[in-house]
Amino acid sequence: MQIQVKNLNHIYSEGMPYESVSLKDVSFEIEKGEFVGVIGHTGSGKSTLIQHLNGLLKPKSGSILIDGIDITSGEVKMSDIRRRIGLVFQYPEYQLFEETIYKDVAFGPLNLGLTQEETDRRVKTAIKLVGLDYEEIDRRSPFELSGGQKRRVAIAGVIAMEPEILILDEPTAGLDPKSHADILQMIQIIHSARNTTIIIVSHNMDDIARLTNKILVLDKGKLAMAGTPAEVFSQADYLESLGLGLPLSAYLMNELRKRRIPVSEGILNIDEAEEELYSILKTY
Amino acid sequence: MNHIISIEDLVFEYEREEKLEPIKALDNVNIKIKKGSFIAIIGSNGSGKSTLAKNINALLLPSSGAVYVKGFNTTDETKLWEIRQTAGMVFQNPDNQLVSSIVEDDVAFGPENLGVEPAEIRKRVDNSLCAVNMYEERKKAPHLLSGGQKQRIAIAGVIAMKPECIILDEPTAMLDPHGRYEVMEIIERLHNEGITVILITHFMEETTRAERVIIMDAGKVAIDGAPAAVFANAKKIKELGLDVPFIVEIAERLRNRGIDIPKNIISIEEMVDYIACKFK
Repeated sequence: MQIQVKNLNHIYSEGMPYESVSLKDVSFEIEKGEFVGVIGHTGSGKSTLIQHLNGLLKPKSGSILIDGIDITSGEVKMSDIRRRIGLVFQYPEYQLFEETIYKDVAFGPLNLGLTQEETDRRVKTAIKLVGLDYEEIDRRSPFELSGGQKRRVAIAGVIAMEPEILILDEPTAGLDPKSHADILQMIQIIHSARNTTIIIVSHNMDDIARLTNKILVLDKGKLAMAGTPAEVFSQADYLESLGLGLPLSAYLMNELRKRRIPVSEGILNIDEAEEELYSILKTY
Repeated sequence: MNHIISIEDLVFEYEREEKLEPIKALDNVNIKIKKGSFIAIIGSNGSGKSTLAKNINALLLPSSGAVYVKGFNTTDETKLWEIRQTAGMVFQNPDNQLVSSIVEDDVAFGPENLGVEPAEIRKRVDNSLCAVNMYEERKKAPHLLSGGQKQRIAIAGVIAMKPECIILDEPTAMLDPHGRYEVMEIIERLHNEGITVILITHFMEETTRAERVIIMDAGKVAIDGAPAAVFANAKKIKELGLDVPFIVEIAERLRNRGIDIPKNIISIEEMVDYIACKFK
């Protein structure tokens, strides 16, 4: 088991008037190479949880084991954790700061104390993995790029650390449909290139249903549900009560069911929805 | 005068450092907007949508051409308040547009600046908060609210100015599914009450509620028409870096397999009604 989270508790502003419990007794496990989605309404604890996973926040109690080593214990070096677990924040392009794209992507590896040669290799590989042309852009300023390209460069900076686990917080927020699709495809390529474990936080239920094999649902700091997309999205009423929704295909089927039209369970994508509608409508 | 907004040959250039050519963000844009209509503006990142929105309420002024709001030219400084009051704006990030530490103070900020009488301010604040279903939260601190609630407060702040037109620049981009639903419900209600709505969005599903869709590409209007007509050309839409709404896509696939689905069905609600009707 690559990640084991046990009875994790976190309290914000403990002892202050605005003290609030942000994670409550959260436990789950993730295997190497899994593609995991984290969903929950704003304030449900998603960001707090992922910040624990790479040691940015310390829990009040509970443990986080990465390959059997508890990263919440004082003896673990944080630089080792961050090298193995990459975290891409929301709107990561706001964190670009170097004069050239090369320098920006190389910043992490150089700080790890890697040789120039190894850094070069990693920067090239990372820029290629995020779908940009290294030869064309390495000397350019990151600020000349489009929004979607800037975001790729920012993600390349994390990829260049060659993490075993990559966590992305709303990686497609604010992007147009084409850039949105491109970024998701890029994440799938990163996932398969090195069998990197991916944990993605998203408000887009369609993306979550299509990409992930496991979903963690958070509500008020608790793990409300965990399961495959089919399991999680079969609970339409419960998800709605948590301020969440269904993928569009599943929503369409659910609305048809409410009108007493007999449709199959477990439809999560457009291809399945097309087949279902075809079989209903061809006889009319 | 039934055009509340009239954009004529609008060109807008962002100035850069001395040696560099300015960037032409809007290139000869012509749009007339009828009072009371609901318009969705879509386009890829960098296509000029937000620049266009900022030109409508005089946050930016044309490099050439002109923008008229209720007949006032946006370059006429003496009419700036009338223009901003007529066309209010809501931005993407709710955290960047709330100014007070108490919800109702935030909503009162605009009318106070207009010099509205205190009793009238009280009335407008209460009405605006009711309009966005946030009256119960009026004494709370904005930073303790959810994203969707904060965005509704921002909308209430604009409503309190009694605008005839509201421009929303990706108001749901940062919201969770429920927050998105709440904000879209409010937008639809405002439209039903006669307010002109201009919604800039990357979510194609949201455009199915509009009466007219304008697609921007490289600073120009690429396509302009009713949603069903605009999305009929899926190939062109995808070339522009966009996508078609879910139901448009699925209906097209079914049509290709010989199932005749009317072209005007573009939203999930319409599709459900259509199928339910066939089943009776």
